[in-house]
Amino acid sequence: MSNRDLLSDPDILRELIMDHYKYPHHHSLVEGNEYLSHHMASESCIDDITVQAKMNQDVIEDIRFDGVACTISTASTSMMTDLLIGKTKEEAKTIIDEYFKMIDGKEYDEEMLQEAVAMKNVYKQANRIKCATIGWKAIQSILESEPSNE
Amino acid sequence: MFDVNKIRNDFPMFKSHPNLIYFDNGATTFKPQVMIDAVNDFYTSGTANVHRGDYELSLHADYLYDETRKLTAKFIHAEENEIAFTHNDTASLNQIVYGLAKSHLKKGDVILTSQVEHASNLLPWYRLDKELGIVVEYIPVDKQGRILLDEFKKMMRKEVKVVSLASVSNVLGSEQPIKEITKIAHENGVIVIVDGAQSVPHSPTDVKDLDVDFLTFSAHKMCGPGGVGIIYGKREYMASMEPQLLGGGMNARFHSDGTMLLKEGPERFEAGTPNIEGVIGFGATLNYLMDLGMDSIHQYEIGLRKYFKDKMKEIDSIILYNEDNPTGPITFNVKDVFAQDAAGYLANKNIAVRSGNHCAKILHEIIQTDSTIRASLYFYNTKEEVDRFVETVKEINLESAIGIFF
Repeated sequence: MSNRDLLSDPDILRELIMDHYKYPHHHSLVEGNEYLSHHMASESCIDDITVQAKMNQDVIEDIRFDGVACTISTASTSMMTDLLIGKTKEEAKTIIDEYFKMIDGKEYDEEMLQEAVAMKNVYKQANRIKCATIGWKAIQSILESEPSNE
Repeated sequence: MFDVNKIRNDFPMFKSHPNLIYFDNGATTFKPQVMIDAVNDFYTSGTANVHRGDYELSLHADYLYDETRKLTAKFIHAEENEIAFTHNDTASLNQIVYGLAKSHLKKGDVILTSQVEHASNLLPWYRLDKELGIVVEYIPVDKQGRILLDEFKKMMRKEVKVVSLASVSNVLGSEQPIKEITKIAHENGVIVIVDGAQSVPHSPTDVKDLDVDFLTFSAHKMCGPGGVGIIYGKREYMASMEPQLLGGGMNARFHSDGTMLLKEGPERFEAGTPNIEGVIGFGATLNYLMDLGMDSIHQYEIGLRKYFKDKMKEIDSIILYNEDNPTGPITFNVKDVFAQDAAGYLANKNIAVRSGNHCAKILHEIIQTDSTIRASLYFYNTKEEVDRFVETVKEINLESAIGIFF
């Protein structure tokens, strides 16, 4: 099967979410001021996470996160770290835009989102949209607050 | 004979949602047709303001409004002039906190409460702590959230002026020994405030017997309309406590130099046009509940909760937090599944529960978990619903909880 076929198999997508929830990637925070940090606490549920990013010029060199969160929040943030580490700010912003399109139930670029397409049906459960976006909004805030080098 | 199937016919929500299991009664409750009719009647044929007009419609609205005050008094064994209507339980508690702060409390005074309380019984006190230097202290509780009477006794000293507790906690259903607490408090000159939001809807309440100084509760949690909160206060407080809101209907007279004479009745806490239709609807609700009998309701719910608890105890995959409490919600988690994920699975199976910290955000210090699922029953729930609920809970694991998205 091609990668594309794999990512349209519901069983595989479910496994991906479970895996990212049980063994989240880049799941610990780093002390010190090398990292920019953004704390997100949902007002309507228990989710409370912090995302950190280390920038090298215009490139996101590392992303870390930690906190109390449900499966969707944890897995979507973990997937976000995989996707955005090593990207330039502009590339990252494009991917984030595509991700939010998917979460809104609009047309989006599957290739670009890779494993994060596992979140494609979250829009059907309105109250969980915030779970699928909490980590993504945190990284977005970091990127927007960071002065551009251009 | 308590015939639950007959009772369910009184609630149109069950007709509108025949497959829904509604176990979120701690949040709000369904409404009987008699209440809906009373509100509807006010809108379709009885609209008028109260305490204002000289015409028949207004007098009739007045009559129905005052009847509800009488019924409320009867419902909790109080006097009519000891009942004030607010807009919800939170408003009731805030009025009492504000009122006592103005007239009865000073810097350095101590308020006793507990860590299992709802935000509405903590945040108003925290503000007094910050703004007036009134100190908030917590009475120690056991694992089921019940306060330890001996510890409470030890905390008595002259600085302690108020004890404010929920009779039944909204998360764990912990029932506090209000009568014993009140006796100890009064021996020490301490004012007792009880948040009855989770007890008054479920069991008979007798404020004379309990001897509490204040009791608050909320109409919508007991089959009543939204926007109606209740304050019971002993006469001495109702006649003198400072009202939080000033305006029409609550003063006897006032002058251009700013002097005002406030009413001594409960109206002093009902500034502005009240939720007239809500109060009138609540009157119909109270008659409905009294016809069923609060004793019968209580007995039925205890039986149903025990049936529920016994079934839940047999499930290996869950953690129960409050099995020893005879009343209140069933509070649990599915092992290794985040509460909101499990609640999402239940929602997908047409079962309404609540997940989270239930506005009791410091409770985790007692039960060592941030988030739980709360299944709260009312007298119109059935064993058949419990059976379906339990079977559905058994299906929940990490895989099935995520499976709802595919």
